Amino acid sequence: MANQSELIAQAREKVNADVLPALLGAFAGKVEQIPPSRDEIPQVFCKPEAIAGVAHFLDEQGFNMLVDVAGADYYPKRDPRFEVIYHFRQLPGLGMIRVRVRCTEKDQVPTLSVRWPGANAAEREVYDQFGIKFKGHPNLTRILNPDDWEGHPLRRDYPLRGPRALINLEMPADENRYHAFVDEEQPAPGQTKEGK
Amino acid sequence: MTAQMPAQNEVFRDDGGFVTTTVDSFLRWAQSNSIWPLTFGLACCAIEMMNLVAPRYDIARFGSEALRASPRQADLMFVSGRLCNKMVPVIRQVYQQMPEPKWVVAFGACASSGGVFDNYAVVQGVDNVLPVDIYVPGCPPTPEAVIDAVEKLRVHIRQGDLKGGLARNG
Amino acid sequence: MAGDMHVISEHQDRMTLSIGPHHPATHGVLRVVLELEGEIIQKAQPEIGFLHTGIEKTAESLNWQQANVVLDRMDYLNSLGNNCGFCLTVEKALGITDRIPDRATVARVILLELQRIASHMVFLSTGGLDVGATTPYFWGFDVREHILDIFEETCGNRMNPSYIRIGGLAQDLPANFKEMVDAFLKWAPERIKEIKDLVLHNPIFIDRTRNVGKMDMNTALSYGLTGHNLRVTGSDFDVRKYYPYMGYENYDFKVPVYTNGDMWDRTAIRFDEVDESLKIIRQALDNLPDGPHVIDDRKLVLPPKAEVKQSMEALIHHFKLVQYGFDVPAGETYHATESPRGELGFFVVSDGGNKPARVRVRPPAFYATHALPALLPGHFISDMIVIIAGIDPIFGEVDR
Repeated sequence: MANQSELIAQAREKVNADVLPALLGAFAGKVEQIPPSRDEIPQVFCKPEAIAGVAHFLDEQGFNMLVDVAGADYYPKRDPRFEVIYHFRQLPGLGMIRVRVRCTEKDQVPTLSVRWPGANAAEREVYDQFGIKFKGHPNLTRILNPDDWEGHPLRRDYPLRGPRALINLEMPADENRYHAFVDEEQPAPGQTKEGK
Repeated sequence: MTAQMPAQNEVFRDDGGFVTTTVDSFLRWAQSNSIWPLTFGLACCAIEMMNLVAPRYDIARFGSEALRASPRQADLMFVSGRLCNKMVPVIRQVYQQMPEPKWVVAFGACASSGGVFDNYAVVQGVDNVLPVDIYVPGCPPTPEAVIDAVEKLRVHIRQGDLKGGLARNG
Repeated sequence: MAGDMHVISEHQDRMTLSIGPHHPATHGVLRVVLELEGEIIQKAQPEIGFLHTGIEKTAESLNWQQANVVLDRMDYLNSLGNNCGFCLTVEKALGITDRIPDRATVARVILLELQRIASHMVFLSTGGLDVGATTPYFWGFDVREHILDIFEETCGNRMNPSYIRIGGLAQDLPANFKEMVDAFLKWAPERIKEIKDLVLHNPIFIDRTRNVGKMDMNTALSYGLTGHNLRVTGSDFDVRKYYPYMGYENYDFKVPVYTNGDMWDRTAIRFDEVDESLKIIRQALDNLPDGPHVIDDRKLVLPPKAEVKQSMEALIHHFKLVQYGFDVPAGETYHATESPRGELGFFVVSDGGNKPARVRVRPPAFYATHALPALLPGHFISDMIVIIAGIDPIFGEVDR
């Protein structure tokens, strides 16, 4: 049996030699190659509107597994502050590719949940945590946080403690509580409890 | 049994074939020996809670082996794990469904104080939401620690310190 | 089994039933909203987030070595696996993968495979409980206790030990590590075979699990399923074989594959995986080398305590590491490991600082939970319990 790491290197070379030039040719101006980082996975930047086409193209090239949809926030270092990061994988081949979509809060990234139903929940999570909207998503609602939650917690400018970040630590501990312990109705002014 | 009892709350006095006690202390004695916990598993500590029933720790020795799935049949809630904002209405409803008297054990650091998670999602201690009777430290606590907590709870129930929610509402 | 026996009229009124989040059969805090016709599930929608802990956000507020600790609490049946996945990712980002000492790598393999067996034992115990079998619960947890004893002796804690650190291990293995694991390897196979005989060929268990929750390979891939959920559909995708890490390519083990895709297969494959894990542990234990347990790099790991009291330079390193940590070169890194539940990937973004800019976990159980809308329709409500047990979600990891 050939050494597995050699096979992985071969698959990576194949992606670099065949898939990437074809991808760059098919989506000229929309897709931009960037050098790989330490994990050596080939990666490209992609315009938000092109991601559905890119995913379809990769699907035809044998990238049949959408490994993950992740969000990232580069605030305040970059101007389109958000990135949606897709990892695709060929199975049973070994090639992997990372597609990074730079977008702003207002951009609508096309959803991939039609071809990969698994992306449905992952895109909901990105929406919940970062506030990035996905166009054509069947059910773009909050998934991890409560429905009435305010803000998107994984943004860099969201405080770690969330609503509790506003709590004054000088206050006595009993008033410091985020959830009131007893949810009894307070008696109306001028009326004592016994008088009810 | 008599040897374990605190002196002021002696339940049985065997004076030549008679057993005399007060109804109150007899009830407390009965309660303390048949605490039925609720299977309220949240996170890591839920696995250690399952260990309690498993052979090595075997909480059946202390009369608490009947883990009930329905809150209406349980009188001890182990809040085992971190309590998150989305779970707060649920845990309140479950607690309200438990019949009185009922006790709450905050199982582990997260349930006691939020633990390592001082962030937007985790309630900083379940005592913000429920009245807690016993806190068990540890992340997660060993089953021995929890058995000790249940033992302490039994002693307190026998002494009548912890009324199980009755005094608070009454 | 269920769907084809009943002819379902389209005109009947459907009933909506919400199960969970507090329900003993949901293995944690999953809520499933079901649309029922009679007892047959027509539509299912899982709702998660009841254990959303903000682990990713917390990890981003800590420095690299500290982030390891909160990631423990994610998949709590596989805490060492979480540690290991994160450490391998950061080591890759630092470019020190080749410099990790062999002793640390082999010890990681042993601990990870022990953790896998412990996790599978919980799966088999609670899965048995869900179909009404109480005995596997007691036996499975007994096996797990023996593994936890090894962990307690080695790492200091039964669960969530944070023992695997960036650069190696937190401390050296105890002197009696080999004897402990050896004793376990001598004792366990027989016991596990007993559990296997008890569960797999029990007629009631077969009736409850055969042809329940079937799925084919393409659907499974499109839902992002990995691990045992994918391998029961005929694929042999195992990260340990496909993208070997920590020298897994040097061990002689097979990846069990089943083709029927139902719940019985999901249980049977777990027993086979336990056997393979025992084989790996045996090989690793025989080749456990002596030597250092952490990388020899004072910029990354704490100097020995005795040296701190003698050497000024060691004290400075100690101070710097405790106060500040270390910087990781800017860039994005993805690394996949095989957790007991599937592909556990870590996607780490560094902006060059001492704290991660983004820690994204690719949770296998998250994707498995969201395959429930495809798995449940056509089954009885009681089959739902079997299916949820079979895909083996751990909600600390699903919700993070």
